[in-house]
Amino acid sequence: MSESLMWYATRGAGIVSLILLTVVVCLGILTSVRWQRRGWPRFLTAQLHESISLLSLVFLGIHIVVAVVDPYTSLGLAAMVPFASGYRTIWLGLGAVALYLVLAIIGTSLIRGWLGHRAWRIVHWLTYAAWPIALVHGIGTGSDTSAIWAWVLNAACVVSVLAATAWRVWFADSAQTEISRALPALERD
Amino acid sequence: MAASLRVDRARCEGYGMCAELLPEAIELDDWGYPIVRDGVLPEHLRALAERAVEVCPVLALRLVSPERMRSTLHSRSLAPHTALRSHGGG
Amino acid sequence: MTVNAVLATATTTIERRLLAGQPFAAGPESWDQHRARLGELPRCAGPAAIIPSIERSGLIGRGGAGFPVGRKWRSVAERSRRGAVVVANGAEGEPRSAKDRALMHLRPHLVIDGGLLAAEAIGAEELVVYVGSEHGEAVRSMSRAVAERGGRDAVALRLVEAPHGYVSGESTAVVHYLNARDARPTSTLERPFERGVRSHPTLVQNVESLAQAALIARFGDAWYRDAGRGRTRGTALVTVSGPVRFPGVYEIEYGITMAELVAMTGGPTAEIGTVLIGGYFGGWGSVRDLWEVPLDPVDLAEAGLGFGCGLIGLLDADACGVRATERIVHYMAAESARQCGPCIFGLGAMAAALERLGGCRPLPDDLENLARWSAQIVGRGACHHPDGAAALLTSGLRVFADEFNRHQRGHCAHASLRAGEV
Repeated sequence: MSESLMWYATRGAGIVSLILLTVVVCLGILTSVRWQRRGWPRFLTAQLHESISLLSLVFLGIHIVVAVVDPYTSLGLAAMVPFASGYRTIWLGLGAVALYLVLAIIGTSLIRGWLGHRAWRIVHWLTYAAWPIALVHGIGTGSDTSAIWAWVLNAACVVSVLAATAWRVWFADSAQTEISRALPALERD
Repeated sequence: MAASLRVDRARCEGYGMCAELLPEAIELDDWGYPIVRDGVLPEHLRALAERAVEVCPVLALRLVSPERMRSTLHSRSLAPHTALRSHGGG
Repeated sequence: MTVNAVLATATTTIERRLLAGQPFAAGPESWDQHRARLGELPRCAGPAAIIPSIERSGLIGRGGAGFPVGRKWRSVAERSRRGAVVVANGAEGEPRSAKDRALMHLRPHLVIDGGLLAAEAIGAEELVVYVGSEHGEAVRSMSRAVAERGGRDAVALRLVEAPHGYVSGESTAVVHYLNARDARPTSTLERPFERGVRSHPTLVQNVESLAQAALIARFGDAWYRDAGRGRTRGTALVTVSGPVRFPGVYEIEYGITMAELVAMTGGPTAEIGTVLIGGYFGGWGSVRDLWEVPLDPVDLAEAGLGFGCGLIGLLDADACGVRATERIVHYMAAESARQCGPCIFGLGAMAAALERLGGCRPLPDDLENLARWSAQIVGRGACHHPDGAAALLTSGLRVFADEFNRHQRGHCAHASLRAGEV
């Protein structure tokens, strides 16, 4: 395979992974705020969230495999160990961390029935660490970062996740208020 | 093997996906919480029910054996003297 | 309300059983006094002898559900290998009921005897006495009694104070508190008799039920069956509240009529209109319908009501039934464990609509919604708390139908709008 093809493949797959992961995070948040429209039931959001996360694994796989075997960067398997590679050590290391977090999150989701809801939920919160780490990895290792299109893309991803998270925080707060307002206060002497 | 649907009431948070997937057996009350039709689940709804069990974000929906359902003393009668357990515990 | 103040001196139609012994004013009966009066608890020939005797007696639970005690002990015994637990449930979260705390205060050793008997019957190694922390006298009396026993029993005995709250006496809440210091009901499929305290089979039994069992062990099931006017045998403790001369805790024979009970309390001090039977978990009935009905779970069931925890709350004819119902549902809503949507939002909506109706300022579909919501929330909580509130509201809507209709149209027949305490 020509070197530049591999180089483009790994960068391209990496970018697609980031976009897909951003969509997954947003869909996850939309699930928790119970978003729905006529013709778009809530279970659809949940199932898309699940399917797209699996799809993102495909592109993540391509991104990593190609990067590891690419003779141009000669990363080798050291890249799989966080902060063990000599090439852009920190940024690459963050990528490995993000990978393992994503694998843990998706892995526990696949065995959710056996794991139980509480344990699954704790691991799932790691999404809020995995996604920004993946984003920072992309910005740090990416050779395209300075390009305008890359800047716009990264900005769009950040804005989406921030907006969705803000919506989630507001939703959780108002749900809590609704519950405490629903019932009269306890009167104990 | 016959089965019935059971909602873990303390865990349920009213996402309502179960009712979307299985309207033949589950509808939502005024506040978005599921009302499950009593009795054994018809076989033709089994696959959908399993999907509903899987999709519930808090794993509150379960398929249990009908004997198990009967033994959990949830009487639907309003009369306090039938099968209701009390708060004085025995 | 101290226990002595609520006990009156009227007599029952038969000899006292649970409340036999020294006068109430003398306070708790010590272990020496208890043994002097009743002797030691008979060491039976083991579970095979105890359980059939309890079953033959027909003893039913006094916590409210009236489940046959013998059958309950048998189902725990069947599952018990080692390490089963007995919990004597004296939480008495029902605010107007005083019978359990009276019994625990005055005859603590009878309760402990019953607990030890149950422990022997099911092969338990631990007896927990679970007393509502707000019942000060009962807590002190049971603590002293546990200390008097001095660890001489084969079964480990300890007292636990239950947190204040209506649902803290619910069986799964009891187990949950003992396991995790959280007195909220749980929604696991397994019931306490299968998997309870520390995952062992657990018998949660009301203190009055245990005390009755302790008497059966001494005097026999035939003696127990000797009392009772009708189909349900034995005696029971009831709490009478409302406009009577001597409200309080009484021991009655099953089957006496409401009229006889009110006579026992010294008669009414105002004209009585309706009665709440069974506590906040029970139902309303008009005094006209209930005056001659035997206070027997079977007869009450036929009348569409339940004996419950034996609370007989009399409401005077002058009081507003809508406001009385509102007060109770408001309380039940506040006491929700806040775990389940139908309870939180259902009781909340019911309480809000009742508040508007009580003040004669309802929304157009308030009355209609109340009926619909009561039917909708039944059986859809982790415990039966919403069911109880719904049952109470439904009976109120029926018994006070005229008043509710009037309130929906914006006026109340009772000039003073007095709620009436029940």
